Amino acid sequence: MSDSTTTQLPKDRAAEKGMVNVQIDGHWIQVPRGTRMIEACKIAEKEVPHYCYHPKLSSPGNCRMCLVQMGMPARPAPGEEPTYGDDGYQEIGWMPRPVIACANTVGENMGIRTTGDLVEKCREGVMEFLLINHPLDCPICDQAGECRLQEFSVEHGKGESRFKEDKVKKPKNVKIGPRIRLDDERCIMCSRCIRFMDEVADDPVLGFSERGTHTTVGIYPGRELTNNYGLNTVDICPVGALTSNDFRFQMRTWFLKETDSIDTNCGTGANITIWTRGNKIFRITPRQNDEVNSCWIPDSHRLSYTCPTDDDRLTACLIKADGVHEETCWENALDAAADALKQYDANEIAVIASARQTNEELFMMRTLASELGSDRLAIVARAQTPDEMLVSSDKNPNTTGAKLILDDKNPADKMDAICESIRSGQIKAIVVASEDLTEAAQLTNEDLDNLELIVSLNTSASATAQASDIVFPGASSTEKRGSMINVAGRLQKLNAACIPPGDARVDWEAIRDLINALSGEPSNDTPQSIDQLSEIITKSFDVLNDYTLSKIPNSGVTVIETGVSIPLIDRETARKATGEIVG
Amino acid sequence: MATIKVTRPKLTLLEKIYLPAVIKGLCITFMHAIRSMLGKTPGANENFNSSGLGVTMQYPEQKWDDQLPDYYRGVPALVTDEEQRERCVSCQLCEFICPPKAIAIIPDEIESDDPWAKVEKRPKEFDIDMTRCIYCGMCEEVCPEQAIYLRKDYAMTGLSREDMVNDKKRLYEIGGVRTGLVNKWNEIK
Amino acid sequence: MDPFLVLVISTAVKIFIFTFVLILPIIAYSTYAERRVSSIIQDRVGPNRVGIPLTLFGFKKDIPLSGLLQPLADGLKNLLKEDLVPDHVRKFFFTIAPALTAVPAFLTLCVIPFGSQITVFGESIKLVIADIDAGPLFVFAIASLSVYGITFAGWASNNKYSFLGGVRSCAQMISYEIALGLSVIPVLMVFGQLNLSDIVQHQADNGWLLLPLWGEGLTTERILLLIPLFISFVVFTTSIFAETNRMPFDLPECETELVGGYHTEYSSMKFALFFLGEYAAMIVGSALIVTLFFGGWSVGFGLDAAISEMTFGGLIHLGAFLAKVIGFVIFFIWVRWTVPRFRYDQLMKLGWVVFFELALVNIFLTAGIMMLVN
Repeated sequence: MSDSTTTQLPKDRAAEKGMVNVQIDGHWIQVPRGTRMIEACKIAEKEVPHYCYHPKLSSPGNCRMCLVQMGMPARPAPGEEPTYGDDGYQEIGWMPRPVIACANTVGENMGIRTTGDLVEKCREGVMEFLLINHPLDCPICDQAGECRLQEFSVEHGKGESRFKEDKVKKPKNVKIGPRIRLDDERCIMCSRCIRFMDEVADDPVLGFSERGTHTTVGIYPGRELTNNYGLNTVDICPVGALTSNDFRFQMRTWFLKETDSIDTNCGTGANITIWTRGNKIFRITPRQNDEVNSCWIPDSHRLSYTCPTDDDRLTACLIKADGVHEETCWENALDAAADALKQYDANEIAVIASARQTNEELFMMRTLASELGSDRLAIVARAQTPDEMLVSSDKNPNTTGAKLILDDKNPADKMDAICESIRSGQIKAIVVASEDLTEAAQLTNEDLDNLELIVSLNTSASATAQASDIVFPGASSTEKRGSMINVAGRLQKLNAACIPPGDARVDWEAIRDLINALSGEPSNDTPQSIDQLSEIITKSFDVLNDYTLSKIPNSGVTVIETGVSIPLIDRETARKATGEIVG
Repeated sequence: MATIKVTRPKLTLLEKIYLPAVIKGLCITFMHAIRSMLGKTPGANENFNSSGLGVTMQYPEQKWDDQLPDYYRGVPALVTDEEQRERCVSCQLCEFICPPKAIAIIPDEIESDDPWAKVEKRPKEFDIDMTRCIYCGMCEEVCPEQAIYLRKDYAMTGLSREDMVNDKKRLYEIGGVRTGLVNKWNEIK
Repeated sequence: MDPFLVLVISTAVKIFIFTFVLILPIIAYSTYAERRVSSIIQDRVGPNRVGIPLTLFGFKKDIPLSGLLQPLADGLKNLLKEDLVPDHVRKFFFTIAPALTAVPAFLTLCVIPFGSQITVFGESIKLVIADIDAGPLFVFAIASLSVYGITFAGWASNNKYSFLGGVRSCAQMISYEIALGLSVIPVLMVFGQLNLSDIVQHQADNGWLLLPLWGEGLTTERILLLIPLFISFVVFTTSIFAETNRMPFDLPECETELVGGYHTEYSSMKFALFFLGEYAAMIVGSALIVTLFFGGWSVGFGLDAAISEMTFGGLIHLGAFLAKVIGFVIFFIWVRWTVPRFRYDQLMKLGWVVFFELALVNIFLTAGIMMLVN
């Protein structure tokens, strides 16, 4: 047995697993057959600088930044047997000219050098060419700080240019869409944006025109980049050629703090990074998660976020006296709410939770309903037209979680009955959290006026908040920790990027305090922190598998099989299978 | 660390009594006081318009302004170029580098009908909190547009904290015009 | 006139004049002197600005008095500043501590003879507030009370630096009180009495203790006695430095180690009271040295009897006394800006091992000389 294994060559051992042996900067590693050289280098933790290559897009190989030196064993003459060295590998014959690492796949016994005179000289040359027409307006360019051109100039550039002639003038500050500005002088012709619009967004409005040094990225005449995924081109642009109107000239990136979280605008729960400075959100960018949103996010979701500094945020508890809301402190408001709710029988009260709440908050809502003795606990369903990409048909981010936590196959069903009871006057008091009933449920302002008591937890002065007798200020999704389960059954977590404005509290705390005010005496197992609450929840639901907030991985984990899939991810998987993209 | 053994000096009885040393010291200070009052101590009358008593300068009456060296770091201020364009493009590098976080900038886009629309960016608000500023000159050093300079003014006073915050208007008043530095934004580029 | 009424009125007038008219301004101006003298020694200018600010009242020019009104400005500032009492202090002790340091210093003034006597409305009045027969003992008894103020301040501040300052000061004052008390015994042996007025009168008649040139003249006994008396003088003066927490013995408040020592947490007038107390103690100390060793109000050289004959001769004596005291105050200041601060162990060693023994031996030495010569 030992004989057969010792005599086996490395290439045979690798072939058994469908791998090949590659020597990268002097070290042999095994990588799957068909891997791109650039990915093999990434596996070997060798950085290959690149602009045009993006794993989710096809590889045209037009930036030439990823040049590396490659070598293969000499081809044996007819009849000659290949010779193997002591280590079982053939001698590598190095090619005199470099190859691009992004569009070539590895082969057995291949050698790759990511450093060395040849490679460094190539990179220097490529950088010099790329910078010939670049305006070098880094002080005003929004990309500065996260610009590949800046980074690679420092790492691989020459430091000075030999180009003495005038730079080519190209269009600057072109409005190519309602949300995007294009600066052609900064463009380095990597074509990432063109390929994204063509391959992923399926709306090929961008393209190159002119030739040679005059090549210009432009929009198809008469068209605009209105696609709902257009802003992703800004993210993938390695330089500052494409900038978002929303973030343009707002803040330099190095001041911003990044917080990983998830998007709460639809059931997909796209992974995002929230960029904040102080307590102000400056932008939202997609965070890569190949199971949920790949590297993308719809513009509509990216641009709709609530910031603690917004004007319409509620910053204090309100109690309505003689039809006018008056600010008060939490103690007063909680006591008033508890006293008012105690005036009603259990069957006169309804609790309206929301599938926009986190699992933790939903659990507290359920506890609240049982404290009130009411079995009328419902959520508001919210549907929208899916776009067969990332936007789900469910506008609520946590419907799956609500079904699980409220232990109800369809908690939205009860909503109709509750609406009916409200109209008939059977329900006299409601507690509503994170929902605007006039907007989502089929209730009108008159219906709300019929009610004797509305206690609401809200972030902004919505119609429901206006009609409420007692309003608690809550936190928006960017201000709280918590977990949600998306339409595909994936448990993901939100992180707090900001702190709630003014007196506002994180929702679960507000609900907990209301429960305490109702019961009079807080019990010992009242959670004191969100982690404690999360522990209670994971103990109550086996499905959650002990995934407390701190244990949920950053990319989430699938806990429930819902049978729903995300169309964009399906397409990407298919393209990956055909080898069109690396994925 | 090597241990260094220090041998204590052997003191004579007179030195141990300590009083002669005290008296000697008193004599030294007394003689110095006499010379000081006569204006004969080193430094007096030599430099900086001194008052004649020691090296002290009588500040509001006598000032150092003529002797300020070129590298003197006084109040930081913004400058415009010869065509009255504000040099600052609001890159916020000074805000970033500022050790005591005295600088606060809110960037703004230049409207397209502005003659300098090509520059695209300028500060909407540029505040330097002089109660925080430590006059280190990092902002001047880091500025890629040569827009901020430490001037020779040093007498910054105010009656409130708000008074001590120099806003954009005041910064340009202090800074004035500097010519012939960056050509980047001219048509020549 | 009723002698009792005369006594009451004259005492009240003397209290008022000596404390408020003489000593308080001297205290105030000794702070000014401290700053000017120190600046002269250190090549600086010192406070030279404060004059009469006429421009405040609409005039064209101020009257500059080369900073002579600085103490007034300081006092005004201290009165007007916010009196900050930190939350973490023991309020009662924190509040009485400054008073406890200032009051004993002023109390001791009452036995110091400021001059011989003056004749007003036919009544001869001695220029001393309380002419008691236990002068030095009274001074020591009262002066040691000021240690309470400092200890209270250090403890009540509830701050480690203040506490260390208070502890240091307490230990230091108690240690040096022994040397102080013992060193004065030879002097009292020579005089044979404890009434400070009589002691000064004795010196006026027979020559100052350290300058016995007139009266009996330089007898063998007096020449021999100069040795122990000089030792007494050195020990006594040094101990006064330590008692008043002056440089080179200002360890209770040494800034380099203890921030500010026992008065770290104090502000405004409370803080000023500590300084008032310190300078008052310094002046009382100087007055005591002058009284015991340098003839008090005596002008000397046999002129005193003639001056005492004059109606207001007491005032000349008063002037002589104040001149001597001011001279010593300046000496105190001068020493402060010359001698560096002692280390704490050196301070304790000096007090317990050197001065205590020296003063003790000195007593026997004096007694021996007096016995042998007689």
